[in-house]
Amino acid sequence: MSITLIIFWFLSFMAIMSALMVVFAKNPVHSVLYLIITFFAIAGHYLLLSAQFLAAVHIIVYAGAIMVLFLYVIMMLNLNKETEPHKKPIIKFVAVVAAGLLMLTLVAAFKGAEVKVIASADASIGSVESLGKVLFKEFLLPFEVSSILFLAAMVGAVYLSKKDLH
Amino acid sequence: MLTNKSKQVVKREMTWMEKAYIPAIFSGMIITFKHIFMKKATVRYPEQTRPFAPVYRGQHVLKIDEAGAERCTACGLCAVACPAEAITMVAAERKKGEEHLYREEKYASTYEINMLRCIFCGLCEEACPKEAIFLTDRIVPSTFERHEFIFGKDKLVETKEHPVDVTKRQTPAVLEFKKDKKHKHNLTVLDKVTKTFNKH
Amino acid sequence: MEPLLIKAIIAIVVFAITLLIATYSTYAERKVAAVMQDRVGPNRAGPFGLLQPLADAVKMFMKEEIIPSVSNKWLFIAGPCIAMLTACMTGVVIPWGGPITLGAQKFTLQVADLNIGILYLFGVVSMGVYGIMIGGWASNNKFSLIGAIRASSQMISYEIAMGLAIIALVMTTGTLSLNEIVVQQDEGLANIVIQPLGFLIFIVCAFAETNRAPFDLPECETELIGGYHTEYSSMKLGFYLFAEYINMFISSAVIVCFYFGGYNFPFQHELQNLLGLTENALSIIQVVVMFGKVFFFIFFFMWVRWTIPRFRYDQLMNLGWKVLLPLALANIFITGLVMWGMGKI
Repeated sequence: MSITLIIFWFLSFMAIMSALMVVFAKNPVHSVLYLIITFFAIAGHYLLLSAQFLAAVHIIVYAGAIMVLFLYVIMMLNLNKETEPHKKPIIKFVAVVAAGLLMLTLVAAFKGAEVKVIASADASIGSVESLGKVLFKEFLLPFEVSSILFLAAMVGAVYLSKKDLH
Repeated sequence: MLTNKSKQVVKREMTWMEKAYIPAIFSGMIITFKHIFMKKATVRYPEQTRPFAPVYRGQHVLKIDEAGAERCTACGLCAVACPAEAITMVAAERKKGEEHLYREEKYASTYEINMLRCIFCGLCEEACPKEAIFLTDRIVPSTFERHEFIFGKDKLVETKEHPVDVTKRQTPAVLEFKKDKKHKHNLTVLDKVTKTFNKH
Repeated sequence: MEPLLIKAIIAIVVFAITLLIATYSTYAERKVAAVMQDRVGPNRAGPFGLLQPLADAVKMFMKEEIIPSVSNKWLFIAGPCIAMLTACMTGVVIPWGGPITLGAQKFTLQVADLNIGILYLFGVVSMGVYGIMIGGWASNNKFSLIGAIRASSQMISYEIAMGLAIIALVMTTGTLSLNEIVVQQDEGLANIVIQPLGFLIFIVCAFAETNRAPFDLPECETELIGGYHTEYSSMKLGFYLFAEYINMFISSAVIVCFYFGGYNFPFQHELQNLLGLTENALSIIQVVVMFGKVFFFIFFFMWVRWTIPRFRYDQLMNLGWKVLLPLALANIFITGLVMWGMGKI
């Protein structure tokens, strides 16, 4: 086994185990921390695929900003077992069915997908330069449209949170 | 308004320059930088000590005279004068052959000052007609037990080998002041008796 | 020698120097505070009190270690560890001097010259908040929690302005590698001339990110006892305090690299030609110059701390979101306009 493969298996194990722990941990703060570990494992996978920029941005944005906000909110809410509302059996049943259907759709979607291996990929494929060129030349319009979408979402969130505006 | 240092405070909107804070921060930093080169206020204590004030009132001493006899006659004026009631004493009569120990015929067999009660006001010193008790520039040492702060004669009376200098508190002006019978606390018991006698 | 071995040696040396400087920063802080307040400062342990950090360290190790019974034990221990880890990790990408030739091989005095160096720095710094947050939450103490929450919101707020200030710098330099930014400043001007506003924003944010006064609200004694480290004692507390000093050292190094030419100094090549120095000798002088600049900024951090009182929390948030963020955006806009006018894009 090459060292890359060992790292791959280790990261995969870490990612899946901590992802499972996100669901199974009883303390919501623990769940968030396991999710952060998952993100780190995935960032490690990006590095293995020589997508350094993506790995760094993944850590900055997800682990560094979004999860801090998650943790922030959960710490503020102080979720306890006593305050957690007890779910009705019918809601649990509906949730299981919905999740099962989602899984079915995902499996069906990936079943038909073909796996391509780009043999001649050089190390600079994931670098900032090549990524920037692709983003701002080939996909300029979708990129800018998505940023406008984010702006709209942000304005909407501010508007909704300030109820006394209208 | 006594010192003419009071300033009228006006709460007004800050100007744009003041809101930027940068000039204010900059001038503040210049001030702190200047202080680096200023004279240090620290006294490096064990090596360096600050001089005591000449009127400093610290731990008491019971003086002895030139022959080495205790001056205290246990009249109790110091205990009466003491506002903190820190002084207690027991009087005793001098026996034959003790003349070299006690100056007067009556002396204090025990003399105790509770240093935790004492406020070091110096009234005992002013009241003393025999120039026996003085406050000195010694600091009362600290201990862990309360009872150790009750100083008996063993700690208060000076010895011939270790005389305690009280000249700073026994200036001519002080001696002159003590002669003045206008102040009530300078009266001896005898003076008080004659005063009441004259009144009637 | 093997390149890997040399890299390992550089890494260990950088780590050791980081710890040493952080240790003596505690001494320097007390000394600077003292002289600015017309006092003498520590002068009992050793000559001029130079052994004071050692005495402090011994004290920290010897103290009783208390883990509150109601705390979350694992996370309580993990908090200071994460704080220390992230603080030490940032030193990796900083170039400490020019290249040194050993035998036939040429080495840069840098542990790793990542081509995404700035992003790496940013990622590690954004991880630093977890140490404080986890520690504060795991203490199970209201004051600790408030301190942790203050720290996280403060760091998130100032990270944005900091990132935008760096983006303007990346626009002018065109690279994310710290070494390249430093080399560019050798050829051209120092970036402080090109990006004065960016520098101002960056240094203010650096103060906020390192939780230094005037932005030390997470550990504001008057309101929160000790903030996030209220429940900590012994060396775990030491780790938190130590991490702050390491962060201060690394921030100073980053400021020097970004805006003050890193290890370069004016007329260095003229000096090299004049004295006939070899490249290795020049590199060693450069390391000294680099540390000189870094020490100045560490002093600057302390100087500011002992001059300016602490901000109020609403002032902090106003400054971050209403002043620094628009300023940083304006800086990017102006930088773009100027570059467009000069025909660089």
